Amino acid sequence: MIEIKNLYKSFDSNEVLKNVSVVFEKGKTNLIIGRSGSGKTVLIKCTLGLFEIDSGEIWYDDRNFTSIGQKERKKMRKEIGMVFQGGALFDSISVEGNVRFPLDMFTRMSIKEKQKRVEFCLSHVNIDKKAYKLSPSEISGGMKKRVAIARAIALNPRYLFCDEPNSGLDPETSTVIDQLLNDLTKEFEMTTIINTHDMNSVVEIGESILFINKGEKEWMGTNKEVLNSNNEYLNDFIFANKLYALMRKEGKEI
Amino acid sequence: MGFLFHIGRFFSMLRLVLAKPEKHRMYLKQLIYEVENLGVNSVGIVIIISIFIGGIMTIQFSYALMNPLYPSYLIGLATRDTLLLEFSSTMLALILAGKIGSNITSEIGSMRVTEQIDSLEIMGVNSASYLILPKIIAVVFIFPFLYIISVFFGILGGLITGPLTGTITLPEYLDGIRTLFVPYYVTFSIIKSLVFGFLVASVPAYFGYYVQGGALDVGKASTQAVVNTNILILFFDLILTRLLLT
Repeated sequence: MIEIKNLYKSFDSNEVLKNVSVVFEKGKTNLIIGRSGSGKTVLIKCTLGLFEIDSGEIWYDDRNFTSIGQKERKKMRKEIGMVFQGGALFDSISVEGNVRFPLDMFTRMSIKEKQKRVEFCLSHVNIDKKAYKLSPSEISGGMKKRVAIARAIALNPRYLFCDEPNSGLDPETSTVIDQLLNDLTKEFEMTTIINTHDMNSVVEIGESILFINKGEKEWMGTNKEVLNSNNEYLNDFIFANKLYALMRKEGKEI
Repeated sequence: MGFLFHIGRFFSMLRLVLAKPEKHRMYLKQLIYEVENLGVNSVGIVIIISIFIGGIMTIQFSYALMNPLYPSYLIGLATRDTLLLEFSSTMLALILAGKIGSNITSEIGSMRVTEQIDSLEIMGVNSASYLILPKIIAVVFIFPFLYIISVFFGILGGLITGPLTGTITLPEYLDGIRTLFVPYYVTFSIIKSLVFGFLVASVPAYFGYYVQGGALDVGKASTQAVVNTNILILFFDLILTRLLLT
């Protein structure tokens, strides 16, 4: 579980996050949604410690991330997996090298054990063995995201963060990625936080949804509730999608 | 941003770079890769430039010293000492600041803008140390060797060009390069190349590590890195020459 209490963050005079308090539960796919520039990525980066916060607290289970030193934070980071928007795979190493990297860096596993773990992670994200030796520039966008997920779960993290994992992907691949993240969350009992714009993700895997508007927590609920909310800003965001707006108008179930 | 801001941030980056590595074996692997990538891959260009410059200097000195009062072995001596004292250390560092420096800035800068550095940080890796330390060690280690290679091929360039163009005979040239040799010139230039090696690796790494924006900004950072490295090389050349040679 990750709990954020009264978080404030500003850049110079621009207040990006204002008094955000939220609990992201373990074993659930927690989504953060909101317009571009609403503060979603800043919230994730603050939670990860990539941005120092102005005030507030961030708790990873019973550990206060904001009050511990750099050394402790570094140790904790081994429990965190992150999937970046563009995948952020290391260009100079192969697909399997990318997944092996955290194992090489932080474990004392034998070569065989590492290979086994790499194959386990890559097979979980449906990467064919033929692609193991390819470099990131030789694989598709969808594959890059899947390899990034495999790398993120290599060290068996307790917390998984994903920054817009579906951006730039076709609807079919997006559904595959969503399902994959949802399945991994359940299988490994992780606390998963996904920052997304994708309405399909919201409807399909949003067990807990945080809607951020102009840096403030505007609404929180589940995918069952998100389409029937009375929140004006949330409805503007959700039904900006013409398909959803049309279905709502015609009274069809989404 | 002010000059002092960059100085302060450069030294705070160096503090991160010199922190204890997470796993020595991984750093060693990276170091071997960088020695090949930044050092061994520069040998070709160093040889080509040195041969040509050695040849050109021999021809130019033969014109400048075209006086019956000057002994002709002076041409070989002047070529040798120019290579030993200035060209193979300073000029070569300026040239390699372009090749190696822009390579370092664009590599680290691209990693920054594509979030690969954030990715390392989130894993718990000290990204500054992992990415920059092996580059600095590799370049500082390889620069004295490049200096020696450059001197050798520069002298060889003169040896080929001089007799070929008829500006000096082979025995005169050989006599010149063996006359009044001062071994301290080599020590002095190796000290300079160690300092220049550090500048050529660390300054471009700084510009790449703190780049913000996209591909265009990485290009701008590369240019800035090369310009600033060149200025610093000349500045330190002046200081070291004053301190060690006069």
